[in-house]
Amino acid sequence: MTTPTPASSDSLLIIVPAYNEEAAVGGVVRAIQAAMPGTAVLVIDDCSTDATQAVAREAGARVLPLPHHLGLGGCVQAGYKLAFELGYGYVIRVDGDGQHDARDIPRVFEALRTSGCEMVIGSRFLNGNGSSPGAVRGLGIRFFRMVLRPILGQRVHDPTSGFVGVNRNALQVFSKSFPLEYPEIEALVVLQRKRFRFLEIPCRMQPRTTGRSSITASRSIYYIVHVLLGVFVNVLKFDQRPRRPGRRSSKPGKS
Amino acid sequence: MDRLLNALTVLSGLLVLFVLASVRRAHIRVEYSVSWLLAAAALLILSRSRGLLEAAAHKLGLSDPPLALLLIVGCVFLLMFYRYSVILSKLRDDNIALAQRLAILEFHLQTLRDGQPHG
Repeated sequence: MTTPTPASSDSLLIIVPAYNEEAAVGGVVRAIQAAMPGTAVLVIDDCSTDATQAVAREAGARVLPLPHHLGLGGCVQAGYKLAFELGYGYVIRVDGDGQHDARDIPRVFEALRTSGCEMVIGSRFLNGNGSSPGAVRGLGIRFFRMVLRPILGQRVHDPTSGFVGVNRNALQVFSKSFPLEYPEIEALVVLQRKRFRFLEIPCRMQPRTTGRSSITASRSIYYIVHVLLGVFVNVLKFDQRPRRPGRRSSKPGKS
Repeated sequence: MDRLLNALTVLSGLLVLFVLASVRRAHIRVEYSVSWLLAAAALLILSRSRGLLEAAAHKLGLSDPPLALLLIVGCVFLLMFYRYSVILSKLRDDNIALAQRLAILEFHLQTLRDGQPHG
């Protein structure tokens, strides 16, 4: 069993938030271990009602069992809190549904270590690698690209990607404050308002083979309103802070 | 108008009784019953004192005192809903933080039981 042994400043923990993913999570853990041998894998079980925990343990992961269902943001933040406490330098989040290709993890880790950016996003849409998110979701992604462009000061191709790596600076921020529902977009704004940088690198996305996305077409409207409100609240919240002179620039889209 | 005011008196009396019964059965904590009891008492007083109600309507620029009463009741309940939204949000945040802390402690405990290094 791979244990999350703490950790020097360049140690990596891979967290896998999972809710009722017994059919996929074992494969995800094994794929991660094949791509990053010896790296600690932590499955955060969001109080699944199926055998997610047992399957994850059997595959060789450690499990952080939440006592009740918190939703994606609360689940991911629990992993960030534990990683920060244990002294990890980097955390990469891979979803438990098997859609993220574990073979991209080494490139995300390398980008995290060498770019100096606080966050690296595995993007489905960089270099036109052909992922199609569906009509309604695609429209939502395009809308949020437009909304985020002036706020972030740079273009973001895949703002809803859950394939994300963070360094210890971001880990410290997220372990204290992290959006609870649909966290990806708001998290970008939180980081930007802290003057942190992010970088996107192209990654592959595999079709979901089991389960269903929590964001159905009918929930998309709620999603858009909720996230939009969260974005503007975060903008207002952090605008109170004094601005630092000499804002650092980032390198969008560089892999 | 009298019929409406009488109905409001009965309604506010029932609200007082209902809240007190809920407190007695521990369905509502005492500190959260105070705002309900105050709102019901205000409703009761306004519905029983025509002079006060007419003065309030005059201050609000309304010709119809019962309308002023409904407006006041609506505002009071909106404020209460806001207050409870704040309380609920704080409880949810505390609940999430506690659940995360519990999970992390359980993780540490399991690691100690397993005799594995973790931190």
